[in-house]
Amino acid sequence: MASNSDSVSDTQRTLYPYVTGTSVVALKYKDGILMAADMGGSYGSTLRYKSIDRLRPIGKHSLLGASGEISDFQEILRYLDELILYDNMWDDGNSLGPKEVHNYLTRVMYNRRNKFNPLWNALVLGGVKNGQKYLGMVNMIGINFEDNHVATGLGNHLTRPILRDEWHENLTFEEGVKLLEKCMRVLLYRDRSAVNKIQISKITEEGATLFPPYSLKTYWEFAAFKNPTVGAEGSW
Amino acid sequence: MFRNQYDTDVTTWSPAGRLFQVEYAMEAVKQGSAAIGLRSKTHVVLACVNKANSELSSHQKKIFKVDDHIGVAIAGLTADGRVLSRYMRNECINYSYTYESPLPVGRLVVQLADKAQVCTQRSWKRPYGVGLLVGGLDESGAHLYYNCPSGNYFEYQAFAIGSRSQAAKTYLERKFENFMGSSREELIKDALIATRESLQGEKLRSSVCTVAVVGVGEPFHILDQETVQKLIDEFEIVREDEPPAEPQPPAEQDAPADQGTGADQGAAAASPDVAPMDI
Repeated sequence: MASNSDSVSDTQRTLYPYVTGTSVVALKYKDGILMAADMGGSYGSTLRYKSIDRLRPIGKHSLLGASGEISDFQEILRYLDELILYDNMWDDGNSLGPKEVHNYLTRVMYNRRNKFNPLWNALVLGGVKNGQKYLGMVNMIGINFEDNHVATGLGNHLTRPILRDEWHENLTFEEGVKLLEKCMRVLLYRDRSAVNKIQISKITEEGATLFPPYSLKTYWEFAAFKNPTVGAEGSW
Repeated sequence: MFRNQYDTDVTTWSPAGRLFQVEYAMEAVKQGSAAIGLRSKTHVVLACVNKANSELSSHQKKIFKVDDHIGVAIAGLTADGRVLSRYMRNECINYSYTYESPLPVGRLVVQLADKAQVCTQRSWKRPYGVGLLVGGLDESGAHLYYNCPSGNYFEYQAFAIGSRSQAAKTYLERKFENFMGSSREELIKDALIATRESLQGEKLRSSVCTVAVVGVGEPFHILDQETVQKLIDEFEIVREDEPPAEPQPPAEQDAPADQGTGADQGAAAASPDVAPMDI
């Protein structure tokens, strides 16, 4: 692996992403985890793909949401598929829960980063097992943590403040969805790679449910939108 | 047992469909000093008879902590046991590192059994000469398994292996139906009584046995000598309602490791009513 950065093997490792998904937002609620993402795949500044599924169930207990390079996400899904397959083949009543899957992903992401060949993603892993809710995040450099609410990409800057103010323990399903929609709406207004076709999914002890995609209602008549530079003449 | 032309290596079947080397390996387990395991819904207790070769030496370590939630007691070739314990510790720690979660006992014993099986099918290897009582906790509760040199493994409510284990097994067979609901203290007491059965007449002291416990909220650990002696004293004084033990089948061999001094009868009056065996 010593020749990783020479010109010939540069084609063998990820240098920049091509088709990317934007933010994923997730929070813990009363019965489990709620996760939301839009269905867009950008090709640079072009919003090229509008039906990309970025939320996927993993095994019986987990849900994975990914932002970043879509092909790397698909590769991760293949790794996880194999992991879950071998786990099921034991056929012994034990199963990998969200914590185990999250840590497995952390190992994978960090090891790839150490080889200078990262999987260019920020992943959100949530799930419920034996009544315990788990929500964690891991990104392409191997940073990982758990929290009551997480977001990737621009979501970190635009939606986490909203969640910090408005999240509390034991949100009902309706409250959780409303909060997520508020977050996704802010992203839709302010993230240029956001697409108005969002998917919400939930995972509870019973299993994962992916709701059909829908569009958010938007309002463009805000005074601030009409005259955005009123407080800062000369800016654009 | 028998010497015949089919027992030279492990890759030779006998005409009767047996692998004699594997069976001889199981004999080695029977020669080692006794190890006993029992489990309830929430705890597993492992105990073993620990006799030093001479007064000058220390005794063999026969119980190993594999992880916070798994421990193993061995009987037979203790060197083989040590090597397998190292393997088990490695597997547990690697799993913990990748998944931040304890390795389920059931999976560890399968890996161990598969490892033992390999040695029954290579002409340049020999089977491990050690039986392992693996006790541990996972999300489905407390488990006790016995891993055999043959590569088989079985789950048990209670079991004993090694020399004079039949005496302990007989005691356990009488009591095992209640073990699921036993408290931690009752389980340890039953383990000590079963160990005493294996000593067959010799006085049970904390210097001749080792006891280890693992349970919900209690990581695997070996009880220190003082604690064990106190527990022994408790039930010896209370005069456990022991029906006299049945006469043992004379087929049980004397293990070389066991210096059967037999001469004990210290506190003869308070001593429980284990009939000395005719051996």
